[in-house]
Amino acid sequence: MSSQPTWVPRKRRGAEFFLTILAVLIGIAAYCAVGLGTKGTIPAGVAKLAGALIVFAVIAHLVVRRVAPYADPVLLPLVICLNGLGLAMIYRLDLGRTQLDSSRQEFANSQLIWTVIGIAAFAGVLFAVRDHRRLQTLTYTFGFAAIALLILPLLPVIGRTINGARIWINLGPFSFQPGEAAKICLAIFFAGYLVVKRDALALAGRRIAGVDLPRGRDLGPILAGWLVSVAILVFQRDLGSSLLFFGLFVVMLYVATERPGWLLVGGVLFAGGAWFGYAAFAHVKVRFEAWLEPFGDPDRNGQIINGLFGLAHGGILGRGWGQGSPQLTPYSFSDFIAASMGEELGLTGLMAILLIYGLIVERGLRIALTCRDAFGKLLAAGLAFSFALQVFVVVGGVTRLIPLTGLTTPFMAQGGSSVVMNWAIIALLLRISDQTRRPAPEISTFDRDEETQVVKLS
Amino acid sequence: MNRPIRYLAIACLVMFVALLANINYVQFVEADSLNAKNGNKRVINEEFSRDRGAILVGEDPVAESVASKDEFKFQRRYTDGRLYAPVTGYFSYVFGRGGLENSQNRVLSGSDNRLFVNRVVDLLSNKQPKGGSVETTLDPLAQKVAASGLDALGADTKGAVVALDPSTGAILAMVTQPSYNPNVLASHDFSAVEDDWRRLTSDDDQPMLNRGTQQILPPGSTFKLVTAAAALENLDLKPSDQIKAGSSLSFPGIQYKLTNLDRGNCGGSRITFERALNISCNVSFGALAGRVGQDDMAAQARKFGFGTDTLEGLASNPSRFTSEGADLEAPQLAQSGIGQFEVAVTPLQMAMVAGGIGNGGDVMRPHIVKTLRAPNLRELEKTEPERLSQAMSAANASQLTSMMVSTVESGTATSARIPGVEVGGKTGTAQSTADRPPYAWFVSMAPANNPKVAVAVVVESSSTVRSEIAGGRLAGPIARSVMETVLDR
Repeated sequence: MSSQPTWVPRKRRGAEFFLTILAVLIGIAAYCAVGLGTKGTIPAGVAKLAGALIVFAVIAHLVVRRVAPYADPVLLPLVICLNGLGLAMIYRLDLGRTQLDSSRQEFANSQLIWTVIGIAAFAGVLFAVRDHRRLQTLTYTFGFAAIALLILPLLPVIGRTINGARIWINLGPFSFQPGEAAKICLAIFFAGYLVVKRDALALAGRRIAGVDLPRGRDLGPILAGWLVSVAILVFQRDLGSSLLFFGLFVVMLYVATERPGWLLVGGVLFAGGAWFGYAAFAHVKVRFEAWLEPFGDPDRNGQIINGLFGLAHGGILGRGWGQGSPQLTPYSFSDFIAASMGEELGLTGLMAILLIYGLIVERGLRIALTCRDAFGKLLAAGLAFSFALQVFVVVGGVTRLIPLTGLTTPFMAQGGSSVVMNWAIIALLLRISDQTRRPAPEISTFDRDEETQVVKLS
Repeated sequence: MNRPIRYLAIACLVMFVALLANINYVQFVEADSLNAKNGNKRVINEEFSRDRGAILVGEDPVAESVASKDEFKFQRRYTDGRLYAPVTGYFSYVFGRGGLENSQNRVLSGSDNRLFVNRVVDLLSNKQPKGGSVETTLDPLAQKVAASGLDALGADTKGAVVALDPSTGAILAMVTQPSYNPNVLASHDFSAVEDDWRRLTSDDDQPMLNRGTQQILPPGSTFKLVTAAAALENLDLKPSDQIKAGSSLSFPGIQYKLTNLDRGNCGGSRITFERALNISCNVSFGALAGRVGQDDMAAQARKFGFGTDTLEGLASNPSRFTSEGADLEAPQLAQSGIGQFEVAVTPLQMAMVAGGIGNGGDVMRPHIVKTLRAPNLRELEKTEPERLSQAMSAANASQLTSMMVSTVESGTATSARIPGVEVGGKTGTAQSTADRPPYAWFVSMAPANNPKVAVAVVVESSSTVRSEIAGGRLAGPIARSVMETVLDR
């Protein structure tokens, strides 16, 4: 085998820079439009926001240019655009909410700080993880870390219950959702574990009615994953995370083994879990009924109804920044930020935002397809799918496609842990992408044939 | 592992397409119905902050938006609120809309499709959008006269007056008592609005009920006009023909006898058809209903508009001859023929009966909206008179008209006489139950040869002593003054 001149992908860092600047400008323009829409003047804080966004976006770009030069050039601008729009909307909702009640907490500043921390985390991951395959050696470390993170909120003193869900911990002045970090740890753990076990899980089994079903003894891991998900539902009352973790696990199992039978088993277990949740927990039942018939109990289902009213009021072109009333919807700045976007930017704007999310997922899956090692493939596929599932569950819930479950809208919803961890996910995807598109290192090959001695046998 | 990843990509595509399809459904397909839902604060806030169009009676606004200094920028103001409340309805932040405020909301708020160009011009010139105006058919003087007539019977009087132009169906007066003040409900002081709403909705007298169109009551003897029309149409009877009268109508094999008011004998065992109407003889009309038969009686009632909700734009209930699917026994049919048993009508329906007879048998579709206009006064829509049905032949109608005239001239309805004008009318006193005062009815139209106005008056209860209650005495003078007012114009 001789060293061939291999195809060298273009780095496209210039394109990334141009798109990044465009994305930052969209965010700043949105921020200015909020001021013009509400008070008729450009907001005073625009210099601070524009400065921070430009400086840190450029820093993020430079970090990618330095340590991941072959990485996908579209992901970074996409998330900067989402993050900028989210900041503008949170600022807009601060104005609207404090107008309703001046004692309401404002979030725009802390969200900007969290965005900066998120970009720092992004850079940190890119610097610290020079080769994603190194993470595979830490498979079980990440597994234990995930479990520890999931248990943290249940501990006394630091654990906190907000709105019935015990998924928060107190860290001094900040509160943090460890579940967001656990999601990444679990993805790494699943990828590492499945790469090793995939053959056993893939090959043994029976074929029933055209579907390969796994052996009973191999059901252990999926049952464990299911039990963890049910435990999250039972002890933390967090429907969304429970669904997300289980979906992530089943899909990674399917990708690793290439056996649709796992989807079947997963689907049956999900149905069982969902039925159990519906039967056992009043809050699950309430969510389900609110989905089927929101106007059956307008007082109880006020949030989802308000979200729908906002979407309808926005119509095709939206009310315009600062000119709707998204602040009327409870949690318009976090869980329901998609409805707030739909109200002020209209069907058009919300479709554009969904397309941005779709593009991020598409780039993630493309990275998984082209990745050359099994661990990277699995990890990228898992991260991309979990992103897609999260957007589907939260936006679908807000727009009444599916029952409402509490999950954050990546990069837009108010909440520090979500922003930081999603930036870390993008960093991991860029790292795998860089690894994938980087030209293979020159390896000097020997012609072993020449070394082989010809032995005369008789 | 690439194949499952490709399938995964398809699954993600499906999820995103589902999300996109769903928001298209919510924000485009379902948007109008969501915007129209009760309690939608966004739409209410927006409408409340709009320069809403006026509701006009004659040239004068009875409901208009005036500038206010608070966050909503405009305050709805009703002139003579109580008087016009059954027509204008209310416009409340907390409780939505009623009456024309509700049914003509799209024009009043400016969101009607016909105002699209205005909206675009307003948008481009950066002006606040304005609503169009609704001009009603009401005659302000007739309205006031009708209301003061009911007022004169005492503060606790319950009743309604409906007057219309029989040749067009235009409603000239629509008064209900007790009424409510829509200014209070339109207030921006929401706790006061809620208090008032609670008081109004818990009041046993139902002040927010439009008794002219919504409440169906037994019409008593005024229904004899329908029975007479059915007899003329189906039995080929002439006003001068002798028909059964006497003190009671008995039925084979049944103890029950239908009797006259005050046990009278209608002046003999046989009297003329015309005389029977003049003195409102129960026995005669009970017998006539039996001769016509249930099917033809019901058909005649239907031709006058019974069973259909004929009025657009205001909440109204159809009148009925019998309950759904009823098969009447002979005594029940006889009772129905004199406006009792299950017969129940609205004052609007009775005005249509009197008007239809006077109008040569043609019943015109009643309407309350005259024109809809854009903010620049361009006419958007004008209600054209429309014939609802031909209730009877012109010849029979003219015979029944002269029978109604003689009822006013020398019968039970003398209280409606107007010097120099031929008036046709009919009284009614409907007994309901022993513990409740009877309903006093009066229907009339004038001038009889070519009526310009038909009126129906009902007084449900007033401070009048029970024995004094009679349609002619209580309701007749109100009908007369309304007719005089309209004819004076």
